[in-house]
Amino acid sequence: MDQDALRVDGLFLSRSGRTVLSGVSFALAPGSFCGLIGVNGSGKTTLIRALLGLLPADAGGIEGAARGHRALGYVPQKIDADPYMPLRARDVVALGFDGHRYGLPLPSRRRRDRVAAMLAAVGADAFADRRLGDLSGGQQQRIFIAHALVREPQLLLLDEPLANLDMPSIAGIVSVLKRIARESGVTVLISSHDVNPLVGALDRVIYLAGGGAVSGRPDEVLRSGVLSRLYGHHIDVLRVHGRLVIVPAGETHPIAPDEPHVERLE
Amino acid sequence: MTLLSFLPAGFLDSGPVQRALVTGAVAAVISAIAGVLTLIRGQSFAGHALTDVSAAGGAAAVLFGAGPLAGFLAGALVGGFGMETVELRRRSERDLVAGIMLGLGLGVSALILGRIVSSGSNGGAPVTILFGSLFILPPGVILPVSICGAVAVVLAALFTRPLLLAALDPDLLTVQGGSPRLMRLVHLTMLALAVAVSSLTVGAILSTAFLIGPAATATRLSARPGRTMALAAILGLIAGWGGILMSYKSYDWTDGHAWPVSFCIVALIVAAHLLLPPVFGRLLKPRQKG
Ligand SMILES: Nc1ncnc2c1ncn2[C@@H]1O[C@H](COP(=O)(O)OP(=O)(O)OP(=O)(O)O)[C@@H](O)[C@H]1O
Ligand SMILES: [Mg+2]
Repeated sequence: MDQDALRVDGLFLSRSGRTVLSGVSFALAPGSFCGLIGVNGSGKTTLIRALLGLLPADAGGIEGAARGHRALGYVPQKIDADPYMPLRARDVVALGFDGHRYGLPLPSRRRRDRVAAMLAAVGADAFADRRLGDLSGGQQQRIFIAHALVREPQLLLLDEPLANLDMPSIAGIVSVLKRIARESGVTVLISSHDVNPLVGALDRVIYLAGGGAVSGRPDEVLRSGVLSRLYGHHIDVLRVHGRLVIVPAGETHPIAPDEPHVERLE
Repeated sequence: MTLLSFLPAGFLDSGPVQRALVTGAVAAVISAIAGVLTLIRGQSFAGHALTDVSAAGGAAAVLFGAGPLAGFLAGALVGGFGMETVELRRRSERDLVAGIMLGLGLGVSALILGRIVSSGSNGGAPVTILFGSLFILPPGVILPVSICGAVAVVLAALFTRPLLLAALDPDLLTVQGGSPRLMRLVHLTMLALAVAVSSLTVGAILSTAFLIGPAATATRLSARPGRTMALAAILGLIAGWGGILMSYKSYDWTDGHAWPVSFCIVALIVAAHLLLPPVFGRLLKPRQKG
């Protein structure tokens, strides 16, 4: 048996002929809650699509216990469905259960129970019978998480699920995901351009920059020295009133590293 | 037979009327199912472009002395699979390809119909191809029309779930082990069958109305996939049969200048779309808990 849920080794990925990631390596332990952090365009979506098998790798390997269609759950960064799509929230989750199957969807108690359990797990009972297009962004996000979880994947990949959400929704979704990772042993990889909403919950950070990646515990990775080596130039990692701020040195920024309420993480 | 007593005398005994009713019903049902899928995939315009390529096919079939149905079907398939071969990077590019396809289809139709008319062999061909020929269908049409209907219904029954999932997001289907490409081909085939049979009914140009109208009304009335398709089929059937009856009766209302059946069907489709969602949309909304 494979020790890691996922192991990425020297992975090279490109889009339209341009190299996006060159030689990225990391491993995810089963049941861990992992953050994929990087600025816009750093390659988070590209990496997630490659892990899902939606994008071929130029070189390098992706291995681990959580491989293949049965083992993967996916929440895309953006779903632009028709607002009149005739699907209730509940139907979307049911499509996660058996939407790839052929034939008429005969009534099934197993499917109904699984769907109901997932809707409850993500806190979507109240709007389960409403049309998908009538739900808010945060409500849809919960539905797509339930959709991805209903087949009980070993690895759940979520692409920027927290973008466009307010603070209470972010806290709600992070705690739902954290609980699912803990209770059912699912490995969760969640991408975000901001580390702050996640940092308290993460077991592991994979930080993307300049086509490369560093990974480790948050307190190992989110340090000036580590990120400076990754970026190839000096980076300040500052803690300001408990919030992490990652700034290239010399960039005009409202926070001066030497002010008293600012802590610099070497 | 009190239920049917409002029908004109001899209405159901007439061979042309029987053929019109069967063909209209098949067109309504396939168009409803294919139409809902076309709407939710955001491909209404591509569906419309397909009807114009289909018109060119129908015209070509008439030019060579064949029945228009095979031509409509061949045209729609060629148009659909032609569009499919073009690599698309985003949805909006499909409108561009469809627009070019539409122009090409209508241009070729104009060329072929012009040839037919100037040869003096069939002056009615343009109206038949573009606006339908429901009351002058030959007896042999029932079998091919029924086969088209049966194939479309079987495809829908087999592929509804992956078609819906792919419409939501093709990547979700891929991740679950399905094939979005296969779903595109299935949808195109259903679309071609729907366009071909409705072109016989309301004509190539108006077949979009049959495809999109009842489906659009149904998606506003129901939020459940199976019910939406069934509702679209019922609405299409009512408009189709109602339009046939209305056209038949209009002979009496207008002292001899009967309204074309295409006009009657489309008028009913539009009336349903304008009236039903505001009246029933609220009633059919699910009860909201919490
Ligand atoms: N379809 C595409 N064709 C060509 N290049 C692309 C395409 N998609 C992304 N890229 C490029 O690949 C790089 C990585 O993009 P990617 O979408 O993976 O970034 P990301 O980290 O997910 O960004 P964001 O935070 O904005 O979602 C970017 O430089 C982008 O310009
Ligand atoms: Mg992205």
